[in-house]
Amino acid sequence: MKTWNLSQLDDLFAAIAGRQTLYIPADAAGQPAFTRWEPGLAMTRALNTGRSAKDLFFPQVENLAAFQISGKTISVSPAQSPEEDYVIFGVRACDCRSFDILDSVFLAEPADTFYQARRAHATVITLACTEPEETCFCTSLGIDPQAPGGDISCWMAEGRLYLQANTPKGEALLASLPDLGEGEKPETNPSVFDKLPLKDLDFSVFQEKPLLDWFNSPLWESLSQSCLGCGSCTFVCPTCQCYDVRDFEGGGTVRRFRCWDSCMYSDFTMMAHGTNRPTQKERFRQRFLHKLVYHPNNHQGQIGCVGCGRCLQKCPISMNIVKVAKALKEGSV
Amino acid sequence: MNMRQDPLIPMVAQVTDIRTDTPDVKTFRVVGLDGKKPFSHIPGQCAMLSMPGVGEALFSITSSPTNEDYMEFSIKKCGCVTNWLHAIEPGQQITLRGPYGNGFPVDTDFAGKDLLFIAGGIGLAPLRSVINYVRHYRQRYGTVDIVYGARSKEDLVDYQEILEQWCREEGVNVHLTIDNPQPDWDGHVGFVPNYVKELGFDTGKTVVMCGPPIMIKFTLAGLEELGFQRDQVYTTFELKMKCALGKCGRCNIGDQYVCKDGPVFRLDQMTRLPDEY
Amino acid sequence: MQRSVIETAASLLETGVCTRVLGWKTGEFFYDVTPAVFTSAEEVRKDMVFTPFCGANLSKYLIAESRKEGKIAVFLKPCDTFSFVQLQKEHRICRENVYAVGVQCPGMSDPDALKALGLKGLTGCVQEGDTLRVDTLYGEKAVPLADALSLRCRGCKSKRLHDCDAIIGTQGKDLQTSRFAQVEALEAMTAEERFAFWRKELSKCIRCNACRNVCPACSCETCVFDNPDSGVQNKAAASSFEENLFHIIRAFHVAGRCTDCGECTRVCPQHIPLHLLNRKLIKDMNTLYGVYQAGADFETKPPMLAFTLEDPEASIITQGRNGQ
Repeated sequence: MKTWNLSQLDDLFAAIAGRQTLYIPADAAGQPAFTRWEPGLAMTRALNTGRSAKDLFFPQVENLAAFQISGKTISVSPAQSPEEDYVIFGVRACDCRSFDILDSVFLAEPADTFYQARRAHATVITLACTEPEETCFCTSLGIDPQAPGGDISCWMAEGRLYLQANTPKGEALLASLPDLGEGEKPETNPSVFDKLPLKDLDFSVFQEKPLLDWFNSPLWESLSQSCLGCGSCTFVCPTCQCYDVRDFEGGGTVRRFRCWDSCMYSDFTMMAHGTNRPTQKERFRQRFLHKLVYHPNNHQGQIGCVGCGRCLQKCPISMNIVKVAKALKEGSV
Repeated sequence: MNMRQDPLIPMVAQVTDIRTDTPDVKTFRVVGLDGKKPFSHIPGQCAMLSMPGVGEALFSITSSPTNEDYMEFSIKKCGCVTNWLHAIEPGQQITLRGPYGNGFPVDTDFAGKDLLFIAGGIGLAPLRSVINYVRHYRQRYGTVDIVYGARSKEDLVDYQEILEQWCREEGVNVHLTIDNPQPDWDGHVGFVPNYVKELGFDTGKTVVMCGPPIMIKFTLAGLEELGFQRDQVYTTFELKMKCALGKCGRCNIGDQYVCKDGPVFRLDQMTRLPDEY
Repeated sequence: MQRSVIETAASLLETGVCTRVLGWKTGEFFYDVTPAVFTSAEEVRKDMVFTPFCGANLSKYLIAESRKEGKIAVFLKPCDTFSFVQLQKEHRICRENVYAVGVQCPGMSDPDALKALGLKGLTGCVQEGDTLRVDTLYGEKAVPLADALSLRCRGCKSKRLHDCDAIIGTQGKDLQTSRFAQVEALEAMTAEERFAFWRKELSKCIRCNACRNVCPACSCETCVFDNPDSGVQNKAAASSFEENLFHIIRAFHVAGRCTDCGECTRVCPQHIPLHLLNRKLIKDMNTLYGVYQAGADFETKPPMLAFTLEDPEASIITQGRNGQ
């Protein structure tokens, strides 16, 4: 295992950034976010970023193509596929698992080439958690926050950073950093994970009953009652991947771009003759059943949630997947 | 490493002919810039058609795969993209990507079967592809019955083709109906679900159905009354789509995506799924 | 206070004064309360709470709830009652279907305020006088209540409860606080500094629309930004400046109607101090057209809807209505 003195973390960042673009979680106007490292940029002390790490593979807005229109003719210029190698440092185990979930959608044939290129060009360095928040529940989804995965796993202990390559890409990056020392990370056993209030959530029940039992639950009415129909849960969620495709016309060119969309929005399924999800109840139900039932049904039981707790912290009305899952489970007994 | 173009990037195609079918339906003939058919497809599959700056929308491919020269789309004027399409002239370029969806099991489940097509209004558009495919390979199928209804005679899509080709073909029985009587109509008058019950078909047939939800609902009830099972009935769905690739996340009925798991479903597959989405 | 709120709600249902109660429902933690409609005294006694973490302003829900059959009782804090009055002034609430219970407010706290103090892993909280005893995964911490106050409550404008059918606690007064202090600090900056400040803050926006959807002044049936026919519908910025414009346009749109309830800042997942935009406009209107507080009464005409010959000309905004 490689090791590095934490008091010289900046030097490690500089060494990585000398080879590839580096993103680290840093505070930007008081809000932690993955930020392109430049000399002087310090890593945040917060547990996790406000927006998830999905942004680095699936940006909120992304150009797909430009169209030139002249009379009755059209010409298409596809947007350049991302080609820059980059490193993401400090991804937590929850966000790292979210990449598997995003992969199962974006890399399914026919693969999304923009996402695929970013995944291929990125080296993910994860960071083990030692001080979780009360809203963390990754452990109840089978994630080990102390064995975070990615191309390289990192641990911080006793003033040192320990790095373990998990993939050839990770090994290549570590090999390119000659000043790393050798060492074994000290055994740590933070008991705080046993005290997490949400550690015993059980999501398996959603696979055990027919889809219609969950869909037809009378609880959706009250659960969705005060939902504002905003997109904050969707946009901070590391696994939400729905998108819209829009055209922007300006200067003789039409730019077609893809942007994040939210199933919580009233126009999400709006067609010329109306929408099949006319009230917030249907939209709300779609979001939670997608994560708890639909996605697992289509992906070998993989729950569409990683327990990062962002929606617990960010929902304006404090309604979230934990409350929904618990209520549905209790209501179905 | 990414030599392949992203599936969201469309090709440019050209509209070479526009036929006015009804007051609000036109059929567009589309070829690639090389003058050839843009791509091959299975009956029931769809394509994303767009005008940059106006929008992109999914339409079923109306022409049969056996047509080697071009593709056709019968499109009803009802929204942003379709309003634009209805205003264009031949020679206009559009963008196109596809084919999308599973299509009808024309070479498997349908093979050797007596087929009963039931359509209402613009619902004939996706079935026309199947009907003409079946007519082309006539010997592979049993008898063909077509029940087709619209609000009025003027609203019957493909009326000329129905009269001049389908009605004259051996082993193909066409049953047309319109909602209300009108002077120049001596055919059946009444709604499709009732007409199907009146005609009382043999329950050995395989049913292929497309039309407005209300027609599907009552026709299905009628068919079940006649003794048909849900696993004999196929239909095709339409919901809002942005990608048509199973990724943008909005066209699902329960855990099934209309764009990639459908648009064609056998009705017994829908039993475990919600009837609102 | 909590007990009075719950007993009042239960008794309103039991005596048939109302058929539904709009209040705050307990959550997984001490702070994650959800606005909820209760239909029985039993539900109220089981799940309803009133704690220093009931920040959500319930008045906007009345737009839909007051149009339903039967009477609904609603619990409103002083600043919520300004929104309640303002919404009535805009004819958005059927007042006859509402039984308004005013609840005196000690100032609301929120978990972000506690986390800003360095607390992590919040698992419990007990109020003892002016102190909050907070249980965390990493031990117990005592926090002065004043330090745990949410940002907006630190410049509380009024403890007065408006237009209530009943009051729990005592009627309060308008307060003379320095709620414009931060605005003044921004005004003291150079234009470049101020521009940089807002660019930095607004560039955090993820366009989730939480600020708009929670805002009691944003009560359009279809927002112009959601309307495909408006020509400005967008879900994402086509240029990096659009998000900035969205917030500035929204602030102007609610100018004169914004009661300064601060919900926009409370709900922002990116912690953008959006209320400062609104406060700046309130302060400017006060200067230009005379002091006006939206939602403080039913009679006073909002400055944006009233015209007097003394109004300063838009092109020469140098003097206020009172010659300031």
